Amino acid sequence: MTSMLRRRFVLGSLSIPLVRGAASFVGLAALATSAQAQFKVDVSGIGATQIPVGIGVFRDPNNCPQPIADIVRADLTRSGLFAVSNLGGQMLTEQGPPNYAAWRSQNLEAAAGGSVVQAAGGRWQVQFRLWDAVKQADLGGLALTVTPGDLRLAAHKISDYIYQKLTGQRGVFATRIAYITKAGQHNFSLNIADSDGANPQFALRSREPLLSPVWSPNGQDLAYVSFETGKPVVFMQDVRSGARRAVANFKGSNSAPAFSPDGGTLAVVLTLTGRSQIYLMPSKGGTPRQLMRSYSIDTEPTFSPDGQSLYFVSDRDGGPQVYKVGLNGGSVQRITYSGGYNVSPAISPDGKTLAYISQQGNSYQLWSINLATNATQLLDDGSDCGHPSFAPNGQIVLYSAGGRGGEVLKTVSIDGRVRSTLSQAGVQVREPSWGPWTPDR
Amino acid sequence: MRSTLVFTALAAALALGGCASPVPVKQAPVESKTPTPTESGTAGANANGAGQNQVAAVQAPAESNAGPGPNVPKSIYFAFNSYTVESQYTPVLNANATYLTQHPQAHVQLQGNTDARGSREYNLALGQKRADAVMKGLELLGVKPSQMEAISYGKEKPKALGTTEADYAENRRVDIVYQR
Repeated sequence: MTSMLRRRFVLGSLSIPLVRGAASFVGLAALATSAQAQFKVDVSGIGATQIPVGIGVFRDPNNCPQPIADIVRADLTRSGLFAVSNLGGQMLTEQGPPNYAAWRSQNLEAAAGGSVVQAAGGRWQVQFRLWDAVKQADLGGLALTVTPGDLRLAAHKISDYIYQKLTGQRGVFATRIAYITKAGQHNFSLNIADSDGANPQFALRSREPLLSPVWSPNGQDLAYVSFETGKPVVFMQDVRSGARRAVANFKGSNSAPAFSPDGGTLAVVLTLTGRSQIYLMPSKGGTPRQLMRSYSIDTEPTFSPDGQSLYFVSDRDGGPQVYKVGLNGGSVQRITYSGGYNVSPAISPDGKTLAYISQQGNSYQLWSINLATNATQLLDDGSDCGHPSFAPNGQIVLYSAGGRGGEVLKTVSIDGRVRSTLSQAGVQVREPSWGPWTPDR
Repeated sequence: MRSTLVFTALAAALALGGCASPVPVKQAPVESKTPTPTESGTAGANANGAGQNQVAAVQAPAESNAGPGPNVPKSIYFAFNSYTVESQYTPVLNANATYLTQHPQAHVQLQGNTDARGSREYNLALGQKRADAVMKGLELLGVKPSQMEAISYGKEKPKALGTTEADYAENRRVDIVYQR
C-alpha cells in the first residue's frame, strides 16, 4: 500500500458523474408518501493528492433500483481524495479479468468491477472486487445481499472498502447524519440521512423548536432538545423503534445533551440553581449530579474520546470561551484564547483536534485548534457557521452555515481543501450531528 | 471547479419497495388545554327554560387570560450583551410582584429570549441568564420562588423576524407569562 500512497498525483480537474436515472426518478419521488425534501449537493475543491482509480460499469439488470457503480464513483469523488474514471465506459465485473496493462496506460493505480443480480425474496446480491493496478494484485472485495432499501448502503460499503484499501483510513460513506430542519414558523423536524445527504427520513416532527441532536455511541439513539412542552426538555429517542422519553425535564431549562464514549452517561445543562450548569446523569435517566459549581454560564459540554474529561463553553472570563475539565474534579483549563467569542466545541475522534465557532467581527467562523501545539486553522470564514460535528474517521467536519437562501449543511475536510454544501430549497437545515460507525455500517 | 449532484434516487427506492433501515416518524404531542366557559349561566340552558338545541358559547382562553390585565406590561427588554434589569423596568417588576404576592396561587413562567446571533445553545444560556435576573428581581420584591419558573427560548422563538438592530432589540427580552 505504501508504494501506492507515494505515487498519488494531483489532477487538474475531475468530473462528477450524475446519479444514473436521476431524471426518471423525479416523478416517482413525488409519489413517495414522505414529504421529505431532497438535498442538493454541491462539491468543490480536491485533496492535496488524488489517487487515480477506475470504477468500471457494473453488470446489473435494467430494473435495479440503484445505480451502484455511479453511487460509488460519486462517493469517492466527493471525498476529494480520488480522481475517478469509469474505465471508458467498459463493463467490468468482480470476475475481472483485470487488464493491468490497460489500466497502467491510463495511469490508474487501482480499478474495481462488480455486478448486481436479483436474489430470493426480493433481495439483491451486490458483488465487487478491487485490483491494485501497480502491484497487479487482487485487493479483495465484497458480496452483499440486501433489500432494495439497502442498495445505497451496499454501494456506500463498497466505497468504504475502496477508501480504506487505497488511503489506509476507514471510510464514512455508510454512516448516517442527523440534523434539524425548519420549514415555516411551526414546522420543525429531526431527520436522518445517509452521509451524502441521500435517503433523508423524518425521525420526529414538531410544531415547536428542536435543537442539539446527538447520536448515542452505538448509533441506536438520538438525544435532543425539544420545546414541545413549552420549554427546553432533553429527550432520548430510539431511532429504529421511534420510542422516546424525556430524560431531563427539570424545573427551568434542560439542554445541550452529550453522551459519554461508553454511552452510559449523559451530560446535560440544567438551570436548577438559576445559572446554566453542567450535570452528569445516567443516560437511561436518573438523578443528575452537578459536575462543578461556577458563577458563570457553563454549557455545550462534549466528552473527550477517552471519557476522562469534558470540553465546554463558559463565560467565566467574560465572553464565552472553550474550557476543559476532568470528570473527577480538578482544575479547569482554558483552551481558546484568540477572539472574544468561541463556542460549540467538537472534538475529533483521536482527541487531537477541536473544531469550534469563533466570532470575528460580524462573522461566526469555523476554526480548528491543534490541542498539542495550540495552532489554529480557519476552516470556513463564512458569516454564520454553527454546530460542528466530526465524521467518525476524523477527516471531515460537518456544520451548519447561513446562506442567501437560509441555513444549509456544509462539510470541509480537516485540511480545508475539499468542501460540500447540502441544501434544501425553502428549508432551513441546521444542527447536524455525524453518526458513529456501527456493526452494520 | 464546481459540480452539482442532485440526489432524488432515494424517494424512488422508498416508492419502489420499502427500506430496510426505517426511521419511524414521531409527532411531538401538541399541548392541549381544555377551553373554559367565559360566562357562567349560559351553559345551564335547561334550567333557564331554553330548548335542548341550545349551544353554550365557549371562548377558548387567550394567552393573556391569566394574570393582571393588559394595563400591566409583562415584557422587559435588555441591552446588547446585558443581563441587568434596567431601572426603567422597575415599575414592570413592581406591578407584577404586587399581583403575584396578592395572588399566591398564580404562577408565572419567565421566558428569556435573545437576538439571532451566535450559537443556539449559548443563546439558550444567555436567555436563561436574563430570565434568572427577572426572577431574582421579583423575588426581592417578595414573590415566592415556587410561583416562578425561569426558562429560556434562546434565539429559537424570535418575536421579530428581521435582522435589523431594532429586530435584535425586540428579541432581547424576558416575557412574564402567567400560567393557568
